[in-house]
Amino acid sequence: MLNQSLSPKRKRYEMTMKALMLVSAGLTAALVLFLLVYVLSQGIPNITWELLSTKPSYLTERIGILPDILNTVYIVLATLVIVLPLGVGAAIYLTEYASNKKMVALIEYAAETLSGIPSIIYGLVGMLLFSNSMGTCLMAGALTLVIMNLPTIMRTTQESLKTVPQSYREGAFGLGAGKWRVVRTVVLPGCVDGVITGCILSVGRILGESAALLFTAGFAHAVNGLITGLTAPGATLTVALYVYAKEQGEFGVAFAIAAILMVLTVIINFAATLVQKHFAKRRSI
Amino acid sequence: MSNIITVKDMNLWYGDHQALHNINIEIPEKSITAFIGPSGCGKSTFLKTLNRMNDLIPSVKITGDIRYNDADIFGKDVDVNSLRKEIGMVFQKPNPFPMSIYDNVAYGPRTHGITNKAQLDEIVERALRDAAIWDEVKDRLKKNALGMSGGQQQRLCIARALAVQPKILLMDEPTSALDPISTSRIEELVMELKNKYTIVMVTHNMQQALRVSDNTAFFLLGELVEFGKTDDIFSQPKDKRTEDYITGRFG
Amino acid sequence: MKKNQFIEKLIHGIFLLLGLITVGCVLLITVYLVISGIPAIKEIGFVDFLFGKEWASTASEPKYGILPFILTSIYGTAGAIIIGVPVGFMTAVYLSKMASPKVKSVMQAAVSLLAGIPSVVYGLVGMLVLVPGIRKVFNVPDGASLLAAIIVLAIMILPSIIKMSITALDAVPKEYEDASLALGATPIETYFKVSVPAAKSGIAAAVVLGVGRAIGEAMAVMMVAGNVPNMPDSLFQSVRFLTTAVSSEMSYSSGLQRQALFSIALVLFLFIMLINVTLNFFLKREKE
Repeated sequence: MLNQSLSPKRKRYEMTMKALMLVSAGLTAALVLFLLVYVLSQGIPNITWELLSTKPSYLTERIGILPDILNTVYIVLATLVIVLPLGVGAAIYLTEYASNKKMVALIEYAAETLSGIPSIIYGLVGMLLFSNSMGTCLMAGALTLVIMNLPTIMRTTQESLKTVPQSYREGAFGLGAGKWRVVRTVVLPGCVDGVITGCILSVGRILGESAALLFTAGFAHAVNGLITGLTAPGATLTVALYVYAKEQGEFGVAFAIAAILMVLTVIINFAATLVQKHFAKRRSI
Repeated sequence: MSNIITVKDMNLWYGDHQALHNINIEIPEKSITAFIGPSGCGKSTFLKTLNRMNDLIPSVKITGDIRYNDADIFGKDVDVNSLRKEIGMVFQKPNPFPMSIYDNVAYGPRTHGITNKAQLDEIVERALRDAAIWDEVKDRLKKNALGMSGGQQQRLCIARALAVQPKILLMDEPTSALDPISTSRIEELVMELKNKYTIVMVTHNMQQALRVSDNTAFFLLGELVEFGKTDDIFSQPKDKRTEDYITGRFG
Repeated sequence: MKKNQFIEKLIHGIFLLLGLITVGCVLLITVYLVISGIPAIKEIGFVDFLFGKEWASTASEPKYGILPFILTSIYGTAGAIIIGVPVGFMTAVYLSKMASPKVKSVMQAAVSLLAGIPSVVYGLVGMLVLVPGIRKVFNVPDGASLLAAIIVLAIMILPSIIKMSITALDAVPKEYEDASLALGATPIETYFKVSVPAAKSGIAAAVVLGVGRAIGEAMAVMMVAGNVPNMPDSLFQSVRFLTTAVSSEMSYSSGLQRQALFSIALVLFLFIMLINVTLNFFLKREKE
């Protein structure tokens, strides 16, 4: 009775499903591996010190991506500086201040909606809202990215605020502290991990963004300082990649940039996991 | 009455920790056997060994011999799925699938290859009748099972187990999550069921063991301390530890 | 005391404002898109715009029919879903239920990497590997086509589908699976007949999320789809999506042409909103 093995039909089902799962997982793994190896092997040989440290010059027919690197750094900084207070503030409002459930639902729904809007639409609206008034410049791009990254910062901060034990707040209130004091002394320190995670995720998103920047930040390749840089048009690495690959057929440079972006993506993912693990461990103690 | 399960010198380890020591027991057919003992004594672990549910935990190691109708359940040619078809199980917390009542009961037979609608209908009705829940659900077979009360859900789970026509029904504290009225309904049902099935039941509730079971096994710290007729165990336990337990001195 | 109360109220007000920023942004985006999108639709005519089969914005007698873009976006997304969902779903079941913890964590890192790769990098690899590949394999004059876009999109939606499905599958109570195993079902039968149906809302949400990603992607598609405003009659046609229709002409457009581009963005926005509503529906059901 017990040695009755599976009917042929069930055996077939087993085998098919198992095969499909293994093939799919294998395909996914192979895809990641291929992209990583292909981009790095095509890109790394093209990365030279000269490429990294100069700007493009028509005279010497040389391409340098220093301006694009600087622009990327500027835009990341500008975006984070603006989005952090906004996102953290919104999260604090939701977890600490909001008493109206409908209001919370409305704000969260709006945040979800924002995260679902494609970057090309952000680019368009950013162009109308910012570039038309301040000109095509990195700052216009950064402001567009602020709207895009607001939900990310909000969500990660909110998640970490939820883990601040209610008893801490009650303790502080019990000592007669006002709401603002409680928020400043108890709540804010508790959301550091969320803010850091949010920053890492946002940096990743900004590095990878192109559609939203094309019409807001433009694609100039001039080397500027931070302040002039923000008020002048400029291409980030991704936008430069697009222009070099699609408009100019400079695939060597494009792959060099792609390899740099790939390495940065790996680092960012790694950092995000590390930070999350670190804080999860600290919290469980 | 013949024995349907015979266990000889069985030991079980979770990694380095030995959870069951040298278990020997013979479970008679078409009877109710109760496993009692304090929490963590190994009674649930032992129950789950009988249909090899412990196989799912990677660190578990088992030695010794368990026979179901003379067949070694760990034998090389044994298919664990057909073993579990013979030895059904009802869990501590009612766990109907998030599907309709009908689909819950039909899940087992369908899995084992029955696709004929009329045949399925018949199996489902019989299982629900055997589990004494047919009259309550016959008009809402297509409704989601999660909408039922806890007691009904547990009887549905019993029906679901019966639908694959097992010989043995393992019950792991089947009433611990239920209210007293639902509990007594399940107890009545279990006593009915022993006419057709062999029942092995883990219980925390000694009154329940006394009320329903024919034989009782007392476990302590991974050992089977005493096994015998329920009346004997409760009226004249041979072992001091059993006596201490049933008189409420610990546990 | 009064001063303190005033400060508390002021701070409360500031936080309220910060909280409402997201709502403001959504409103702003909606209003801007509607205001800038309506005029061209009015001028061209609702039916001619949405169902016109020809887009010739720079011709002496310009035509502004966006049916080719709408259909391309729908076909492209559907194609990506047809390829991406089965692969992503099967991978998710494998990782959630069968893979060892080690394999699972390595693969999840790999999937996160896939999600983090910038779309222009996908576009670049697509341009240089996929497009020539399609040209050779199918022996067509140009590989930059609907098919190339579908494959790139299928790859790009994989991470969302895998991640979200894993979350849903991981959340299935173990009791369900135990019950199925105890009835003599094999582990694989249990995963597909009990775990997957129990996680179906979450998996549906994953698919909808994938749809949203695919329909909104611009740059990668721009680099591999050929970008000619053809009706998508065949997989090997060079086509233009709603997203790429906006981006490919925006930099040099003016007048009615530019306004028409805003109208296209509005149409795209409406599609996305529809998808968001659907997504929320499934997510809510998953929570229950």
